[in-house]
Amino acid sequence: MSDQQLPTSVGMPGDNPKGRGEDGPTESTQYIETERPHGAVRAHFDAEPILEVRDLRMYFPVRSAGIIRRTIGHVQAVDGISFQLPRGGSLGLVGESGCGKSTTGRMITRLYEPTAGAIEFEGRDIAKTSARGLKPLRREVQMIFQDPYTSLNPRHTVGSIVGAPLAIHNVVPKNKIIPRVQELLEIVGLNPEHYNRYPHEFSGGQRQRIGIARALTLHPKLLVADEPVSALDVSIQAQVINLLQEVQAEFDIAFLFIAHDLAVVRHFCPEVAVMYLGKIVEIADRDSLYNHPNHPYTQALLSAVPDVRQAAIGGRRERIRLEGDVPSPINPPSGCRFRTRCAIAQEICARVEPPLLQIGKRHKVACHFAGELGHHPDRPVTAPLLGVDDTGTPDPGASPSIEVGNDPGYADTWFDLERKTMASA
Amino acid sequence: MSFLSVRDLRVHFPTVDGIVKATDGLSFDLEKGKTLGIVGESGSGKSVSTSAILGLHRHTNAVVSGEILLDGVDLLKISDEDMRRRRGRDIAMIFQDPLSSMHPYYRVGNQIAEAYRVHHDVSRKAARARAIEMLDRVGIPQPDRRVDDYPHQFSGGMRQRAMIAMALINNPSLLIADEPTTALDVTVQAQILDLLQDLQRDFDAAVMIITHDLGVVAEMAHDVLVMYGGRCVEYGSTKEILTHPEMPYTWGLLSSIPEVDADPEAKLVPIPGNPPSLLSPPSGCHFHPRCAYRERVPGDLCRTVTPELTPGSRGDGHLKRCHLANPEIVYEQEVLPQIAPDLVEER
Repeated sequence: MSDQQLPTSVGMPGDNPKGRGEDGPTESTQYIETERPHGAVRAHFDAEPILEVRDLRMYFPVRSAGIIRRTIGHVQAVDGISFQLPRGGSLGLVGESGCGKSTTGRMITRLYEPTAGAIEFEGRDIAKTSARGLKPLRREVQMIFQDPYTSLNPRHTVGSIVGAPLAIHNVVPKNKIIPRVQELLEIVGLNPEHYNRYPHEFSGGQRQRIGIARALTLHPKLLVADEPVSALDVSIQAQVINLLQEVQAEFDIAFLFIAHDLAVVRHFCPEVAVMYLGKIVEIADRDSLYNHPNHPYTQALLSAVPDVRQAAIGGRRERIRLEGDVPSPINPPSGCRFRTRCAIAQEICARVEPPLLQIGKRHKVACHFAGELGHHPDRPVTAPLLGVDDTGTPDPGASPSIEVGNDPGYADTWFDLERKTMASA
Repeated sequence: MSFLSVRDLRVHFPTVDGIVKATDGLSFDLEKGKTLGIVGESGSGKSVSTSAILGLHRHTNAVVSGEILLDGVDLLKISDEDMRRRRGRDIAMIFQDPLSSMHPYYRVGNQIAEAYRVHHDVSRKAARARAIEMLDRVGIPQPDRRVDDYPHQFSGGMRQRAMIAMALINNPSLLIADEPTTALDVTVQAQILDLLQDLQRDFDAAVMIITHDLGVVAEMAHDVLVMYGGRCVEYGSTKEILTHPEMPYTWGLLSSIPEVDADPEAKLVPIPGNPPSLLSPPSGCHFHPRCAYRERVPGDLCRTVTPELTPGSRGDGHLKRCHLANPEIVYEQEVLPQIAPDLVEER
């Protein structure tokens, strides 16, 4: 059987998620289908949160060379982030390399123990749970890794890779493991007869499907997908994204979707958080973030994406140039961490760290001069709220007018940027 | 006569299992000051083809045939010695991963200066001055200090700038960039693409950009060549290929990438199946096992007969390799409404 003959039909639209795999690939219905389970596109905003992260921090010690390895500093990989993830929903985490998005994912799966902060999964704080206490958690929270070549053990068969969680957690009797593995392989669009093969016998896209099958084995409620498609070819990426959306819809799994590709995240996630140097700078629903970004970093990031459609209809989006590189997270800039590359930064940005201020129903931004592109205010909107003057020095006459916390959820009232008062829906 | 003219280039690797036809009959032209984008998935033969232009295939394990005329000289006919003189001086290359294509033990400046001294009989000091000048030109701050840094002291974007400095130090007339921004973040990618366009204007070089990212091609290239299974399947001006593609594989590429400002409800339509094995490629059209339109071609033609590169319906140098009749109508009526309903209304 050649590679092309494998049942790859699962990525195709309109496929019934159950009982697929028996027919051949490449039906000519591909472009004509109109219906398809479309997992995450629908927003789950009203669902109760399955995951709530509060003020999460991860500092990695930097040690000196030599025999006595003194700690000489900390890499502040993640520095106080808070967010909520609704049951069955998806949150996208985007940012450049080194912004802390993968570290966040690894803390939530508890591959790392956070330095501080809380991770509430189904109401229980798992940030400091012991290794033994984590075992039941592993059934609920699973991870899909970026590189399908290094995340599968080359000396294990697919059957033992996908079946390992079943054996470890004793969920099914030993003689039922293989049938269950075959069922899972079928769900992810692989030939169930191939459970005896080794990872090297599969292509990159098929290996990523094996990784997804392994993550699904224990029926998790939360999947952390760390760059699940960035190592794949373009034509394969779409197959895997569609597969993820199908399993999400079918098994009602919440996704924390970590990626640097803004377009993929926009397609997958109804809610997106943008990270920069360990902090969330803007978090909003898809429409607000992509169509009305208020943070200069989000605006620059979006403008930097090369765009086929723009070029196709002639013309090119105006690019906001960001100068230089991301500063070191060992010694991040004071105040706003983005100020060293920001075109609109002023004195206050170096003195006071901007709070993550809610400016819409589902839209928070951490910028003193928050505003849509070209409409950034001249005076810091946050100054009166924080009790400082326009240059950021504490103003003894003013007192902080509102509580600006680091709340993971959204409040019913928010600060209206236009009218500079509190507003509600 | 074009500045670079590639005719029927074939790169075959004989192996114990058979011949791997990595590139099988590639032809294109490129003028000075123009950019050609080569798009394709991994294993489509894009890097193998450009390595052939640089003469990087060993005669012992690769069979290269065809013609590569650079300024009228056939690079496949000249001696190894002659090719070595041209490589780096007339033709330069920027690799994908700047970390693994620089030597970690040597200072960045020395590596750049070495590229200059190989082709110019100058003193160390003059070469170093030239390296500093180039580092400055590609936008490295404090070049006179950074010239003595090691590659690990540079960030990813700076390393790629240094690679560009190294490639351009001899004023090459042909620059090949193999996935120059794939390893970089979007904001840094934007910086590097701007820099490349800037430098191309200054140096008036012909540039070939190899990428899998249609977005990069859309911004950078004047012409696009889409490769699949070692063959060119579609060729034309960038605007033409992106607005009026006539080959189902190109349609598949366009419909399988989400766009930042596309309708998020619009579906991703993946290309089913996997890229072909070059050892035993499908018969006829290499794309036919994954093609949704092969049923429409009468007589099982797609499976049995390899389509020729024929002019597209709108002419203007547009070439496609497909049996499908009236592809422009199929695209307008069936593909475009699927992938970009909002664009249909604008037309």
